[in-house]
Amino acid sequence: MKCALQKIWNHPRYRQYLYQVLFFVFVFAIGVYLYSNVVENLERQNIASGFGFLTQEAGFFIAESMIEFWSEDSYIKAIFVGILNTLKVSLIGNVLALGLGIVIAISCRSSNFILKKLSYLYIDIFRNIPLLLQLFFWYGLFTEVLPDIKDALNPLPGVYFSQRGFFIPFFKEHFIWKYVLLSFALCSLISFKLRTFYPLLMIPLVWLLGGAPSEITFPTLEGFNFSGGLSLSPEFTALMTGLVLYTAAFVAEIVRSGIESVGKGQWEAAKSLGLNSQQTMKLVIFPQALRVILPPVTSQFLNLTKNSSLAVGIGYSDFVSIMNTVMNQSGQAIEAVLIIMAVYLFFSLLTSLIINFYNYRLEKREGR
Amino acid sequence: MKQSLAFAKWVKKSFLKNSKQTFLSIILLCLISIVLEKLLYWLFLNSVWLGDANACREASGACLSFIREKFVFILFGLYPREILWRPILAMILFLTLLFYSLKFERWNKSLVVVWLFNMGTCTWLMYGAPSDKWGGLPLTLILSSVGIFISYPLGILLALGRRSSLPIIRVFCVCYIELIRGVPLISVLFMASVLFPLFLPEGMIIPKLLRAQVAIILFAAAYMAEVVRGGLAAVEKGQIEAAQSLGLNYYQSMRFIVLPQALKYVIAPTINTAIGMFKDTSLVAIIALFDLSLTTKTALKDPDWLGFSVEAYLFASIIYFIFCFSMGRYSLALEKKFVENKA
Repeated sequence: MKCALQKIWNHPRYRQYLYQVLFFVFVFAIGVYLYSNVVENLERQNIASGFGFLTQEAGFFIAESMIEFWSEDSYIKAIFVGILNTLKVSLIGNVLALGLGIVIAISCRSSNFILKKLSYLYIDIFRNIPLLLQLFFWYGLFTEVLPDIKDALNPLPGVYFSQRGFFIPFFKEHFIWKYVLLSFALCSLISFKLRTFYPLLMIPLVWLLGGAPSEITFPTLEGFNFSGGLSLSPEFTALMTGLVLYTAAFVAEIVRSGIESVGKGQWEAAKSLGLNSQQTMKLVIFPQALRVILPPVTSQFLNLTKNSSLAVGIGYSDFVSIMNTVMNQSGQAIEAVLIIMAVYLFFSLLTSLIINFYNYRLEKREGR
Repeated sequence: MKQSLAFAKWVKKSFLKNSKQTFLSIILLCLISIVLEKLLYWLFLNSVWLGDANACREASGACLSFIREKFVFILFGLYPREILWRPILAMILFLTLLFYSLKFERWNKSLVVVWLFNMGTCTWLMYGAPSDKWGGLPLTLILSSVGIFISYPLGILLALGRRSSLPIIRVFCVCYIELIRGVPLISVLFMASVLFPLFLPEGMIIPKLLRAQVAIILFAAAYMAEVVRGGLAAVEKGQIEAAQSLGLNYYQSMRFIVLPQALKYVIAPTINTAIGMFKDTSLVAIIALFDLSLTTKTALKDPDWLGFSVEAYLFASIIYFIFCFSMGRYSLALEKKFVENKA
């Protein structure tokens, strides 16, 4: 008997099975133990579990929302408003951070000594201070240092900065703008795919079809607030400023080292072919750098999206901050945390899926 | 003469290459001097060092007396004032050992023992007051250093698990790492502050600080695991085969052959992850733990001293910056050293 056991123990495959079974039993036991505790605790505290509460009346206001939201609406709708706000912040934030990051990366490689040092200084400062503190800082700056709405700063005609937010002239509302934006997204995708700029010509066409609205409204002080124009709340502006400046520092560092990873021989080869520095960058260096840059930049995009959850610290109604309110209001902590995790996980996995697909295509095209 | 000529050449090359560069240099210099002048006036010439809040409000410069008034609170939170020597001594002990351990040659087993002993002493010192009174810089240092110390071995285990040939263990590790990396830290902290109590049996209470610490460890371990995985992937396959042909078992080949190489490859990314964790501990402010960022925010709520956010947050930022920046430079130096050693 002992001999048989020893045989099993000495057989590598059986031993592997044994390890795995033991591990599984261990994890399973912990899981069951925790679950039983949760069930017991919930029963004792008389908390109903389940997602039924989502259809109940939310009963709170949301300061900023892209769709109409009343406190009589359901929790689900509140959560949806939060997701939309988070998507808005991360979409605009990622575009701006990418743009700023590339500009700083290029400045880092400038032959001008001052510009170079300034860009490195920027990267060092913004990377080494916690984002939450930066958000607190911008929020404090925008709500304390800026003047009262009555004597709002007026740096440019029609532009006002005050404690209550930023007001800038903007196109008057018109149904066609939605479609212009939509066609912009579609056309840029198509032109990226076909590598020509012609599809972008569709955008002005859509605009013309809609009657070419070009009326601009200016913010004007009426009573205690501005009306007309586009108003950006201090919360939104602080969140955006913080996220963009913070992420841009990381993006800049990635892009810079990506460009530097391309061998010196490539520059020389391009030069000997008679390409000027702009052509070299566009046709030779950047396509090669892109392969190095893309994966870490994507993870920075995801980081920005995850970091937008810090909005809860300055009171912008993003997804997490609304979930926080939902959690406090309904007492359904488990469900709320699960929803937060599920939603973020969904978007992260979706993004990695798209990027993996893109990488796969890239590799396939290069025949590797 | 030669030197000044070289200097002139350098100036010409880096400031005045062509008319465009010259123009840019002049514009930038003007901008810098304007900003520096404003900063000089704000921080020194027009600032208030000794006056009260009203003097601050009248002055156009920075209110440094706010910092003077509040820095003990910002640095130590609610820790009882009469035993303030305890956190101060703990921090001195911690930072001294940290400085001592900077030299790579000093890393060995006895140093780990000294570290454990040091951490124990620091904990004992801090426990002069209950953990809900801890705050400020010591709290930030505790959360991040304990987080790094425990998440590092955990991350190694997870990374080994992810590359393991045993499917159940591999799937578990992959799921754990991807799950944690897919969600924001704040959701894990929410879990720690509201859900952990539900997971525990009746009557068992864990202080909030410890719960947040566990959350930070669980979160950081996933990121550490990815860093270590990069190192493991960089170890040549021949090394493992050589170890196996020497008759080493899995534990031995990992412990003596693979891990020492893998961990050395990724020292710089590991320190960068540690910097990220140090910054991320500021998020515990959202679940109302008085770390450096929340003490700063709370100091601003004093009705006598309303409205000095800029000064307060700059002060806290400088503290964070000193830590993160020096860690970053240290990681660069270490990386350079390894590259030189290899070459």
